[in-house]
Amino acid sequence: MKHEARVLLDHGSGGRASLRLIQNIFLSCFGNSILDSLDDAAVLEIEGRLAMSTDTFTVDPPFFPGGDIGSLAVHGTSNDVSMLGAEPLYLSCAFVLEEGLPLATLEAVVASMGRSLKETSLRIVTGDTKVVPKGAVDKLFINTTGIGRLLVENPPRGRRAEAGDAILISGTVGDHGLAVLSKREGMQFDSPIISDSAMLHPLVLSLLQAVPDINVLRDPTRGGLATTLNEIAQQSAQEFVIREEAIPIQGAVAEGCSFLGLDPLYLANEGKFLCILPQSKARQALDVLQAHPLGRSAQCIGEVRSGHPGRVVLQTEFGGERFLRMLEGEQMPRIC
Amino acid sequence: MEKFFSFKDPVLGRKLLQKLEQDLEAPLRFMEVCGTHTVALFQSGLRSLLPEGLEHLSGPGCPVCVTSSGEMALCLELAQKDDVIVATFGDMLRVPGPDGLNLKEAKALGARVEVCYAPFDALAVARRHPEARVVFLGVGFETTAPAVAATIQQAEALQLYNFSVLSFHKLVPPALRHLLSTGKTAVDGFLLPGHVSTVIGVRPYAFLADEFQLPAVISGFDPLDMLMGLAMMVRQRREHRAAVENQYARAVKKQGNRKALNVMEEVFTVQDAEWRGLGRIPQSGFGLSDRYAVFDALNIFGLQARHMPEPKGCACGQVLQGLIRPDACPLFQKQCTPAHPVGPCMVSTEGSCAAYFQYQLCPGQS
Repeated sequence: MKHEARVLLDHGSGGRASLRLIQNIFLSCFGNSILDSLDDAAVLEIEGRLAMSTDTFTVDPPFFPGGDIGSLAVHGTSNDVSMLGAEPLYLSCAFVLEEGLPLATLEAVVASMGRSLKETSLRIVTGDTKVVPKGAVDKLFINTTGIGRLLVENPPRGRRAEAGDAILISGTVGDHGLAVLSKREGMQFDSPIISDSAMLHPLVLSLLQAVPDINVLRDPTRGGLATTLNEIAQQSAQEFVIREEAIPIQGAVAEGCSFLGLDPLYLANEGKFLCILPQSKARQALDVLQAHPLGRSAQCIGEVRSGHPGRVVLQTEFGGERFLRMLEGEQMPRIC
Repeated sequence: MEKFFSFKDPVLGRKLLQKLEQDLEAPLRFMEVCGTHTVALFQSGLRSLLPEGLEHLSGPGCPVCVTSSGEMALCLELAQKDDVIVATFGDMLRVPGPDGLNLKEAKALGARVEVCYAPFDALAVARRHPEARVVFLGVGFETTAPAVAATIQQAEALQLYNFSVLSFHKLVPPALRHLLSTGKTAVDGFLLPGHVSTVIGVRPYAFLADEFQLPAVISGFDPLDMLMGLAMMVRQRREHRAAVENQYARAVKKQGNRKALNVMEEVFTVQDAEWRGLGRIPQSGFGLSDRYAVFDALNIFGLQARHMPEPKGCACGQVLQGLIRPDACPLFQKQCTPAHPVGPCMVSTEGSCAAYFQYQLCPGQS
């Protein structure tokens, strides 16, 4: 076995080894005036109404084209805060590390988190590290909790979709899910499939500045576009009609999915959001989205109608109609 | 070819549908026997566009669905052995065994189960775990069987004797013959499976037209492929003809794939098999030939496939024979949902009950 510096149970002891880990790895990438104080808790000054969200990240493999578990841990939680029409300001960050994890892996993940933070004024202000015996976790788990300040009076909510609203998606779907799956299974496609993992706040901010009256914002992460549409339709007790031909999907993703028997509408996204707003504002919102690098492929994919509450109907490219339901459990590649 | 022509073109689709409606002189009832067709018909929305007089049924075309209760019991029995790693396609994880336990739950309780995307992945598992006995669950039709056969040959070449296959492979043509012979299944034609036919070719279906005077068309999986297949059958009916036609000629050769057929013939031997819902069908499955007995899990572990009763109240058997539609089963969408499947047709995404649940807009709701 190759000798290299690894995470040992000592690093979670709270003693000198822990301190070295904090100073050499965490503070060097996350350092800021609040975190540097190394007190038991962070002191924050925020005015107004707050949005808060938490998420725990575990992904196999931890590094994939377009991102890694670190960038996901920053983007995922801050995006959830953004979806309430809030500006993400502070994050907490807790690591659970598997004994024996190469320190270089941890350093690469932390450095990636540091790079993701640089994109905004978001800061990690408190953190924790635990080390557990080999086999108790798979390499490393990260939990982040985010707090943000609401930017609008009436924040977008899942229950606010109204009949007549337009349904927009900020870009192509399925990229992240297929990127992770193909890396995990060692599959090669003609053109590389890259995760869309991204901080959505800048795009949400431009959107809210131009069109403040948005009814719903939600990022279709696990379960993909289809699952998120169903969640919102149920929360709002409305029927959604989606036009399949309008849903943006990259050619390589569509081909990869067709080969594996997967449906891109159920694959996770980490840098996209659904926006539901009055039809009269849809054109303006689309213009704002499409003018931004993160929203270039944004499209209007359907509308909300009063009908069967909680139901999502897909008008297929071929001209038929069918249910677009939530999926039960994970998608499985087909046996033929 | 597909660069110049889209098999999803809605404009052509509308024209073909019109033609099909014109040709439809009396109500007809067709059946497809391929899980990929089942899903593609729903997913593309084609099902919702078919004229009223054309009823379309899903037959025994999903390999997971036709795996019998007794076969599933053997899979679970193996998974519970301490030194065994079961390697399987993911679809098999949620199929309940006779006492309700499935492989997913067995895994949560400590059984070693590895999901594979291709049979060759199971060899990698066997190499990684020389201390364990790795058993691949050989489930599938003539499409999957050649890859499994090639995997067994590779295991021999690599001398991976901790690898074996529990072969429950099934063959499509004998099942079609069985369906027609019982006289219960009343259909006016078969939409034949494109993938299976790429391997076996056209000839094995000849009896459908010769002995049973039924139209049958081998079809691809894009909406225009399937629509064309249905239209070709309607036309045969109108012209009072019965023939096996090949709509999917861009992939299916008349003589099939000789290389794939050779490897299957080398490794497997045709034998009777137990089908869920259909019972024991003569000469309808593949077991391992004597030459490869050292890779035969039935032989290694001294197992014998037993007949086990189907779950109580479950109508999968009738659904698979096209005797009832999934929504006519009293358990459908009540006790039996994809979250809590009672029968295998609700487990596999390619099962007809799961496809009905997932895609079918209920009458009166559209």
